[in-house]
Amino acid sequence: MTDVVVDSSAAPGAAPVPGAARIMSARLRSLLTWLRDPFLCLAMMLLIGVVAIAFAAGLIYPTDPLDMVAPALLWPGQDWDYPLGTDALGRDLAAGVVHGARVSLLVGFFAALIGLVIGTTIGALAGYFGGVIDNVLVRLTELFQTIPAILLVIVILAIGDPSIFLIVLSIGLASWPMIARLARSQFMTLRDADFVMAARGLGYGTPRIIVREILPNALPTLVVATSVLVANGILAEAGLSFLNLGDPNRVSWGSLIGSGRTMLRSEWYLTALPGLAIVLTVLSINVIGDRLTDILNPRSETR
Amino acid sequence: MTFGPARQMFRRVAIQAIPTVLGIIALNFLLLNLMPGDAADAIAGMSGSATAETMETLRRTLGLDQSLATRFMTYVANIAVLNLGTSSNYGVPVVNVIMERLPNTLVLMLSAFFIAVTLGILLGWIMAVFANKWPDRLLTAIVLLLYSAPGFWVGLMAIVLFSARLGWLPSGGSETIGVGMTGLALLRDRVLHLILPALALATFFVAIYARLTRAAMLDVLRQDFMRAATAKGLHPLVLQFRHALRNALIPVTTVAGLHLANLLSGAVVVETVFNWPGLGRLTMDSLVARDFNVLLGILLLSCIVVIVTNVIIDWIVMWLDPRIEF
Repeated sequence: MTDVVVDSSAAPGAAPVPGAARIMSARLRSLLTWLRDPFLCLAMMLLIGVVAIAFAAGLIYPTDPLDMVAPALLWPGQDWDYPLGTDALGRDLAAGVVHGARVSLLVGFFAALIGLVIGTTIGALAGYFGGVIDNVLVRLTELFQTIPAILLVIVILAIGDPSIFLIVLSIGLASWPMIARLARSQFMTLRDADFVMAARGLGYGTPRIIVREILPNALPTLVVATSVLVANGILAEAGLSFLNLGDPNRVSWGSLIGSGRTMLRSEWYLTALPGLAIVLTVLSINVIGDRLTDILNPRSETR
Repeated sequence: MTFGPARQMFRRVAIQAIPTVLGIIALNFLLLNLMPGDAADAIAGMSGSATAETMETLRRTLGLDQSLATRFMTYVANIAVLNLGTSSNYGVPVVNVIMERLPNTLVLMLSAFFIAVTLGILLGWIMAVFANKWPDRLLTAIVLLLYSAPGFWVGLMAIVLFSARLGWLPSGGSETIGVGMTGLALLRDRVLHLILPALALATFFVAIYARLTRAAMLDVLRQDFMRAATAKGLHPLVLQFRHALRNALIPVTTVAGLHLANLLSGAVVVETVFNWPGLGRLTMDSLVARDFNVLLGILLLSCIVVIVTNVIIDWIVMWLDPRIEF
């Protein structure tokens, strides 16, 4: 529900106020101040750029990035056909970075999505019903929070075949507790709200109240928290591919860092450049997430 | 120190940890049974091959044909006496393998924890004091960078800079092998080897502690009693240290519990980067060697350590802020 704020000078009988900002929702106004923040604009452009490159990877570099195409160990700038240089086997680093963006972003995004779905379900049930259900689900959340994430992922990967799907699933399984706690506190607060009482009075069933009344109000906070999940998912995927636990047929930023590690002393650009890509992407996601949290949090010092 | 109700709270926190421990053990047992191949397969694999009857007899001897419930009871009983099975890779009890490497990882984790907490609180303090002025903005940018960079990549870049280019610090291992140093020289050598891995492990949480401290201190610095204390004539630094910082310690302590689980995860990658002879490297080696007993032993041990530490941290938080109820 948007709050409609009318300009105070538009009293009945007064002259119409010039300018576009006569009647504007509070959220829209905050959006405009938001867009004046240079860091946020930069972060959004960066993220959009990375996503666009990932989408267009097949167009920019149509051949498999694992193909050996050039003399080995070219430095960036030595040959402008290979702007980021080549690795020990003569593979184009720029192609690797561009294709790797796909894997890293996909894994980060879908792992966060799984974390969001599982976390919201568990948190919603725990927060809304309370009592024994809450107790049991909170214990479950604590259980998963005490397990070190990478160990859980490694054990799951040891059981099954390492594939992108399993990696996404295991990172999602390791990251849902945070969302669950947030969802639980949101639902606990919102279940006592007036509109919920009204909905119950109208005879709405519990599933409908949870999904169509409370959830839309809790969702903004949860979605913003998911940005942290995406950022951490990308970092986790990088760590896993670095450890050679990823899909061996796919290039990812982490795997590029891993394969460049043998040449760390001399051709250090092989580890530096993919890592820089990770830093820039995760940084932009974090900046966006931060600003969104500031907007949603009424207590923060908004700029 | 603690009276009736408080002591009950302390006990309650400890008791609440027990279901979690049981849950971890159950989860471990589940994972153990999901692992491809069981102990009989491992033994048969080592001896080359086995007929169906041999496998059956083997399974009966190892007790693998009993019901799931019985096997679970045996599993729990074994864990109670710290029997975590035998490593198929090393041929010795899992507990021995883990205990050999545990001290190294503990040293690394505790150093990283110490660095993260002190550096994080220090940075957060400075950021809060200079809120919204240029030191705050600069540090916020740096902190955001630390939060966004993968720890292992920071470690690798640090190796390039401090080890390959400048030659100040060693690039891996926990000590210089073969030289046989003793006393102070050994300590110095160990510390030099520890610096880079500990820093790499600490980067992520320095950012988190810094932001938490900044927020908590800003909350306190704005309150009226701070103004009253300044009017009393207390030096601002003393004020900040005694009052504001103590308030910041509460969210920091709460996060510290989560930090521990994260430290163990991070240790796996950092130890691989720096060839540190600890549990992280052991995890990777066991994964490659399909040594499931060791893998699950590490998982179980890590979880229990995290749970115990969280109980202790809950106690500390209750001590720091008597208003908190559990």
